[in-house]
Amino acid sequence: MATAAHGGEHEATTTGLNHRKMLMWAFLGSDCMFFGSLIATYLVYKGKSKGGPQPIDVFDIPVTSVSTFVLLMSSMSMVLAYSALTRGSLKGFRIWIASTAIMGMTFLAFQVFEFNDFVNYEVHFKCEEVGTGSLTEFEESFSDRCVDGVDEVDGIHDSEGNNLTGLTPKTNLFGTTFFTLTGFHGAHVTLGVIWLLSIFFYSFRRGRVTPERHLDVDLAALYWHFVDVVWIVIFTVVYLFGVFEGF
Amino acid sequence: MSEDTQAAMQHGERKEAAHPSPLTYVAVAMTLAVITAIEVGIFYITGLGHAIIPVLVILSAGKFALVAMFYMHLRYDARLFSAFFAGGLALAAALVFALMWLSGFF
Repeated sequence: MATAAHGGEHEATTTGLNHRKMLMWAFLGSDCMFFGSLIATYLVYKGKSKGGPQPIDVFDIPVTSVSTFVLLMSSMSMVLAYSALTRGSLKGFRIWIASTAIMGMTFLAFQVFEFNDFVNYEVHFKCEEVGTGSLTEFEESFSDRCVDGVDEVDGIHDSEGNNLTGLTPKTNLFGTTFFTLTGFHGAHVTLGVIWLLSIFFYSFRRGRVTPERHLDVDLAALYWHFVDVVWIVIFTVVYLFGVFEGF
Repeated sequence: MSEDTQAAMQHGERKEAAHPSPLTYVAVAMTLAVITAIEVGIFYITGLGHAIIPVLVILSAGKFALVAMFYMHLRYDARLFSAFFAGGLALAAALVFALMWLSGFF
């Protein structure tokens, strides 16, 4: 017997709750542990890198704040898409879910920009700043470049012109743990965007996305909001605490 | 189907219908944006010292709770869903602290 509860038609269950939704919550609970282990690894190795750029060298908090804001707003548009569908507005649903996917892609673009920025990070400082406390530890490590006649250090390159100060997953422990954590989060966002776009295009087939079948959208929404809450933690623990010297 | 199951399903339907209005969702989004702005603002106040850590943790937890309760509908859905998520979160938190403790972070 099928009955309507918690999102459209579903089989009778002993709990009375939809088992697809139950499975999604079980998955999200297990994904918490996945991200928990990555965040713990980042924290454990924080400040233990030997050489290479540190968070204070590469992080740009204002830029990351904007991408965080975009992801938060995408959660709002996702829930508005769900709300529009349950109220029977398919047009409103399409507008909001497309907005969510676009904001998800914007967030990913920010991440690509940030990763590219980190990989191409170059050291720039004036020699008069050496020893004044205004340089980071990593920048100070190149103070020996300030010899007579040199006013500033403008990038460190090898004989073939390759940048030697970029941050990659191989550079140091910070690079490894940072790219692994944020890379996996980015992969989750990418999967979410594909999921949302699939539902968006699917909605143009008559009877596929309807208020009665809103559970399909509800599950995608749960996944999307989860990606958002994980980023809330990453933004605070990795970025804000990362740059804060006392942590 | 048992009466309990039917009752649970009716309960579920009632809870589905009790989801907040779009205005509430927008209000939550504005609150999230304001909290994020406060986080970034506090971050640049150098005088706070180590006090910044609990403040940022509380603000972050607040944002997390708002999204989970209102956008993920945990406030309105069955408690079993909350238990699944809270269980995973508790295990994740235990994992984080255990790893940090074993690694001499504290």
